[in-house]
Amino acid sequence: MTADLGFGMTLVALVLAVYGGAAAGVGARTGRAALVESAQHAALGVFVLITACFALLTYAFLTFDFSVRYVATNTNLGTPFYYRITGVWGALEGSIILWSWMLALYTMIVVLRHRSTARELYPWALATMLGILAFFLLVMTVAAPPFQRHTPVPADGRGLNPLLEDTGMITHPVALYLGFTGFTVPFAFAMAALATGRVGDAWLALTRRWAIVAWYFLSLGLLIGGWWSYHVLGWGGYWAWDPVENAAFMPWLTGTAFLHSVMIQERRRMLKLWNISLVILTFGLTLFGTFLTRSGVIASVHSFTQGAIGILFLSFLALVLLTALGLVAWRWEVLRSQGDLDSVVSRESAFLLNNVLLVAAAFTVFFGTVFPLLSEAVRGVKVSVGAPFFNQVNVPLFLSLIFLMGVGPLIAWRRASLDNLARNFLWPVVLGVVAAAAAFVLGVRSSLAALAFAAAAFVLATIALDFGRATRARLRAGESLLPAMGGLVRRHNRRYGGFVVHLGILIIALGVTGSQAWSVQTEMTLRPGETAELVGYRVRFDGLTAVEESNHFKVVGAFTVSNGRVLGVLRPAKKFYPQEQSPIAYVDYRLGLKEDIYLVLGDFARDGRQATVKLQVNRLVSWIWIGGAVLTLGALLAILPDRRATA
Amino acid sequence: MSREWLRRLAAPVLVLLVSVAAGAQPPAAPVSEDTVHEVATQLRCVVCQSLSVADSPSEMASQMRGIIRARLAAGERPAEVIQYFVDRYGEWILLAPRRRGFNLLVWLFPLVAVATGLVLVATIVRRWTRRRRDGVAAPVNVDPAMSERIRREMERGT
Amino acid sequence: MSRLWRWLIPLATVPVLALLAYGFRANPRDTPSPLAGRPAPRFALATLDGAPLALEAHRGKVVVVNFWASWCYPACYEEAPVLERSWRAYRGRGVVVVGVDIQDKPEAAQKFVRDFGLTFPNAQDPTGTVSVDYGVYGVPETFFVDRQGRIRVKHVGAVTDDVFRETVDRLLAEAAKP
Repeated sequence: MTADLGFGMTLVALVLAVYGGAAAGVGARTGRAALVESAQHAALGVFVLITACFALLTYAFLTFDFSVRYVATNTNLGTPFYYRITGVWGALEGSIILWSWMLALYTMIVVLRHRSTARELYPWALATMLGILAFFLLVMTVAAPPFQRHTPVPADGRGLNPLLEDTGMITHPVALYLGFTGFTVPFAFAMAALATGRVGDAWLALTRRWAIVAWYFLSLGLLIGGWWSYHVLGWGGYWAWDPVENAAFMPWLTGTAFLHSVMIQERRRMLKLWNISLVILTFGLTLFGTFLTRSGVIASVHSFTQGAIGILFLSFLALVLLTALGLVAWRWEVLRSQGDLDSVVSRESAFLLNNVLLVAAAFTVFFGTVFPLLSEAVRGVKVSVGAPFFNQVNVPLFLSLIFLMGVGPLIAWRRASLDNLARNFLWPVVLGVVAAAAAFVLGVRSSLAALAFAAAAFVLATIALDFGRATRARLRAGESLLPAMGGLVRRHNRRYGGFVVHLGILIIALGVTGSQAWSVQTEMTLRPGETAELVGYRVRFDGLTAVEESNHFKVVGAFTVSNGRVLGVLRPAKKFYPQEQSPIAYVDYRLGLKEDIYLVLGDFARDGRQATVKLQVNRLVSWIWIGGAVLTLGALLAILPDRRATA
Repeated sequence: MSREWLRRLAAPVLVLLVSVAAGAQPPAAPVSEDTVHEVATQLRCVVCQSLSVADSPSEMASQMRGIIRARLAAGERPAEVIQYFVDRYGEWILLAPRRRGFNLLVWLFPLVAVATGLVLVATIVRRWTRRRRDGVAAPVNVDPAMSERIRREMERGT
Repeated sequence: MSRLWRWLIPLATVPVLALLAYGFRANPRDTPSPLAGRPAPRFALATLDGAPLALEAHRGKVVVVNFWASWCYPACYEEAPVLERSWRAYRGRGVVVVGVDIQDKPEAAQKFVRDFGLTFPNAQDPTGTVSVDYGVYGVPETFFVDRQGRIRVKHVGAVTDDVFRETVDRLLAEAAKP
């Protein structure tokens, strides 16, 4: 019953999306407003129907409606309330619903916001978005239907993947998908620009804020993913260069490139071709990410089950890329911009360099991710491309990018004079050198870490210099300190939002550098009362206890951690789920600004006479999460309406 | 005297106990945990998808760390330990492909990508700055031979 | 710039898409063993009853080395009766089945052997040395070793009667010829 209702609604939504996309397209071509109007109603209908589907599935989860196959495979009577909600998007079919719902939501916002402001571009953008929605609805009806009858109705379900029983599962996919689907809007307007030939600034002005929103959610999704990995997967790290992590990281890189190159087009009317290509590339990479996660072509911890869905996604990816890039080739003449640069030493050059590095990093990650396939196709030999490779090749790129982060915002547009360079960069460079020297004196022997600190000090100094100078100017104009600073930030919210985002990235980079350079670990088998020691921490094994939870059985180890004085008792555990072959590690940790103490329970004797424990002291990891908070602040600031324009 | 005797007797027993507890062969020489970790980070955990043997919390990875420890303790060099795993599992077990033959492609790709990008940007920047220079300078700096030709053409025309 | 040249941009995606399409043919989880054709690594373990179990002792016979675990459900549970049946059928013809239990608790392993009434020798590999020597990814995996002591076939997943019969018959027939 539930399954039929849900399936019916999906089918109607599909028909509506196809109709709406066609109507908007024809309306745009012929200029018939009535058709576009009708497409809007269709979009509203699609949104309402997908929302209803989503609600229906959630209701089925909450009420243990095992007559729906998807509910039966992803929950059981023991699943706690909270995870029955997150379980809705815990597996393939539900994740597609969530995805489609967000896409429909974005479509509705586009309708509401741009219906009257962008008369030429809007119908084409609407047609594009409805077309993409139609594809996802097609997936929901054909390849991965969440509403499928399950007969006979089982008494109990199989249960959720235990790794997904975590609070991060509500925020991580939601943020990530908001980011992924968010890039559909810039793509839709890019398609509109290509279709109409109006590739000037109108579509960019419309999409810049959308791009920031999507970029921000993508960043947040990546960070929460790192947090989830850190505290659930129990391997002591936050980023494994897993193919699917890479798939989310690539559009982030090209999206970041776009956010910067957009400024050159706004200021100097250049790089039209490049900006449109970046948007297409970014959207293509988000599709590639969904393809990778759902096709099983490249094995990954995040993979959903494989099936026909992969072929469907690949075909759609091919359709999108060939159409979009074909349009670019078709509009080649209008896209070519009359470039005009005054000097090689200018902000334009800094941004171009930034784009080269970001896109090169994205291609590097892409090539590394698909290289195992290439090797197998060409040589017939399976190889792996993992963390050691990606770390080595990307670190130089990222270090250069951090350095550019200091240069870009301060160097003059058009032509930077020697005076401009000295005024803005003399002190930051000095500070950078001092930082490197200080790091060396303090015992940092890794040259990469020292370079990272130098670059960070340099960037920090440029930000402080700029902000201090602007504040001083306002003080001279007679304002007092705090209002001067506040007014500055409010008035130039985009510029300072950007600065704060840079600050956030910088803090994250410091956390990554520190954790890579200085984290230590050891592994020991202890009997009760015995102690393991690591860099001044003593960890005493107190014993094991067994706990029966609603849907699993858990063996908890108690370890007293001290460094001179007792810091507390950590309780890492192993969870045994009836539906899983091997136990799931449940880590325990004590977070700190300087370092985290992180315990993973390994093998143990059943009678509790001994247990193996992996003890890690992870340095500076907390700064990654703090950097994420700063980044959020900066992004919010940058998204605020531009005061300069309205004042 | 008797204590010395006791110690002699106790030592092998202790070693045996420790090695049984750690699930490893008796260590011949002290092995630095850092070296074990260093080797383990380069090997792919075979039951996981993308984690290294060093990172994975799985039992298989834990046993593999034990084997690395035992082999190092037996006097093998890190490269030999890695080769032992490659012989059993193939190149697949290396998290970074070896820098030779076809694999050079993936290692050189980043360099090529950056270099291509830089050359592209440099060409564009040069073309765009020259256009500006030419545009401004054209009336002043015309090639003398050219202006002579223009003059002659004009004379012939009239 | 030539008009045709610009159409290379969309066309550039074709090889990438083709490579991804190739991915459907390849199974990322299926990895071939480099050990095929090579001498089977020796091992000396103790069976669950405490008797010694060494590969060397069975030189000259066709040896089927099966890696399993009591927590490996359902594949190991499917193949256990197959192995027992085949062992009984072939034990008189110069064939030995050897079970190696990995990453397991002794009590659980003993219960497994009891439940299925396994009569061929089964030993635990407490340190994982033997499983890594054989390049084992997971359970069940089965290695067919010929009379010269070389690994000839690696089978991933549950062994069926057909697989056992065909492989062992082939190795026996081959060995009968000089």
